[in-house]
Amino acid sequence: METVYIQTGAADVPDARGYFGEFGGRFVPETLMPALDELMAAYQDALADPAFQARLAYLQKTYTGRPTPVTHAARLSQHLGGAQIYLKREDLAHTGAHKINNALGQALLAQRMGKRRIVAETGAGQHGVASATAAALLGLDCHVYMGSVDIARQQPNVFRMKLLGAEVIPVESGSKTLKDAINEAIRDWVTNVCTTFYLLGSALGPHPYPMMVRDFQSVIGVEARAQMLELTGRLPDVCIACVGGGSNAIGLFHAFRQDADVDLIGVEAGGRGVQGGEHAARFADPAFGRPGVLHGTRSYVLQDADGQIANTHSVSAGLDYASVGPEHAYLRSQERAFYTYATDEEALEAFQVLAQWEGIIPALESAHAVAEAIKRAPTLPRDAIILINLSGRGDKDLDTAMRELAARGRVQAD
Amino acid sequence: MTARTHFGLAAIAAMFARSRAEGRAAFLPYFPIGYPDYETSLDAIAGMAEVGADGFEIGVPFSDPLADGPTIQAATQTALENGVTPRRCLQAVDSLRERGVQQPMLMMSYLNPLLAYGADAFVRDAQAAGADGLIVPDLPPEEAAPFADACRRAGLALVFFLAPTSSPERIARVASEATGFIYVVSITGVTGARAELPADLAEFIKRVRAVVKQPLVLGFGISTLEQARMMNGLVEGFIVGSALVKAGKEGAEPVRALAAQLRAAVQNER
Repeated sequence: METVYIQTGAADVPDARGYFGEFGGRFVPETLMPALDELMAAYQDALADPAFQARLAYLQKTYTGRPTPVTHAARLSQHLGGAQIYLKREDLAHTGAHKINNALGQALLAQRMGKRRIVAETGAGQHGVASATAAALLGLDCHVYMGSVDIARQQPNVFRMKLLGAEVIPVESGSKTLKDAINEAIRDWVTNVCTTFYLLGSALGPHPYPMMVRDFQSVIGVEARAQMLELTGRLPDVCIACVGGGSNAIGLFHAFRQDADVDLIGVEAGGRGVQGGEHAARFADPAFGRPGVLHGTRSYVLQDADGQIANTHSVSAGLDYASVGPEHAYLRSQERAFYTYATDEEALEAFQVLAQWEGIIPALESAHAVAEAIKRAPTLPRDAIILINLSGRGDKDLDTAMRELAARGRVQAD
Repeated sequence: MTARTHFGLAAIAAMFARSRAEGRAAFLPYFPIGYPDYETSLDAIAGMAEVGADGFEIGVPFSDPLADGPTIQAATQTALENGVTPRRCLQAVDSLRERGVQQPMLMMSYLNPLLAYGADAFVRDAQAAGADGLIVPDLPPEEAAPFADACRRAGLALVFFLAPTSSPERIARVASEATGFIYVVSITGVTGARAELPADLAEFIKRVRAVVKQPLVLGFGISTLEQARMMNGLVEGFIVGSALVKAGKEGAEPVRALAAQLRAAVQNER
């Protein structure tokens, strides 16, 4: 089978102005408007160029290691006593997460546009590592903005980025997490716009980023759909993915958009519970989660009554963000996808459960999706099928997990 | 105290008519409400009004000011910690009018606080408080319809931006929609003092001037008296922000003193 590495056109959104229904758009300072036009033109030009497609396909095959496998989590399914759980193994992609799909696509685009300097933001560090990797591969100059809180909790990835030749710039403003890293990356881009490509890591930001990131991540769903047909002879009943900005989820969901019988479930970070304000569940907290504009796009945003962006909390740095990709807000408004949340507690439990029953240590982000499957599987018959996007591996989270699990008496700290 | 005779767009037009008659560029300071504290910010603005500032950009603090450099980021963060809200900023304008400030005042806010307030409600309340226009750095004309409609009905200015990166098409687009004046960003970048303005600035202004009829107000990076002097004959007005905010750390008096110097720098002796 010839894999499609960039799936476009399967969706009727976004429109020419970058709107997914009432979400999306382009809310940026004037300085960046021409850069976004230029980016859009270059992206469309690249899509139409077989040589670009071939180059991306070649790298995805020989460098990323695509296709990533789908694994039947047989012991876990048996243990839970309900639906059969399958895992799309993005954790096995080079650099250990799905982020490389988009980073390679955008870095190739940067190269094509003649931009030698790349800026990126990162939360968990996975996108930073992917960007640094793509930059090293293509000989580009890479600068990664990262909140100092995230730097402290994702040390292995910080070292990885430095090893790959990227400059990691600590961000001390605001909550010192992903939101603030994006602010600084945009400030850098606005200052150096003529020479610099902003390699945005999630399906958010101003048009065309949400569309472009979705397209580059769509390979996840394209592969998984074919693999499920091959392995099980049919489509899954439920697809589950964690949602921070939502790039791994949109990448999985995109190929299943037209399959009306497949439920699409996004899992946000419930943090310490959605009542206390210490979470990143944009859709689950009507007191703070309302449509608004952050980082150039209109979507659901956690904010106070005066429109100041709320601080968020999640045990997983990659989900710790106050807004969500506009296409998720759209899919939710259309009732094509449904969104729920898993708390820190549930994610940590899922982290441990998957390790013990399947020998797979998931990223804490992906553990949120696993947690939802753990809740759902026992309620479904044994011939039901759940497909989880295991978006990343957990090596980067070992320090955090050890500390959090030890504090809960679930593992022995030494 | 004489009452204001012009409001909104008319007040802004009158401001430019006056500075043009005096053969100089209008001086429009930016200052955020609530920095270093609420009362001091009002004193600072009232003080600048006394020493001849021509109009004001009234800063509404936002948690994520992505077009601002470190100075204004820190100041607006302090303002938020001081409990300043968009509503409080409108009350500040009202108080300044009561204190006799006559100059045009434009509310400078990022979009999300305005959306939370509601476009129509904010424009209505801004007009009632005595504000004359809106400046929203993350609102390009393409997305501005609700605010443009509300401002048109209220007779307030909705100021758009042009930048050195703006293409001829975008210059034309902004020219067709901006009211009051056009905010010309001197450099690609964020707000903050710069030692030097770009060498090709005059060239850029000329490029804009060929298409645009509105008055041009230059901002970003202007901090020194030398730079202020360059504004006469180049643009109709200029904005100074970060340098005044820095001065505000020590209270309202240094702000007034610096504003007096900047204003004197554009005074045309004839």
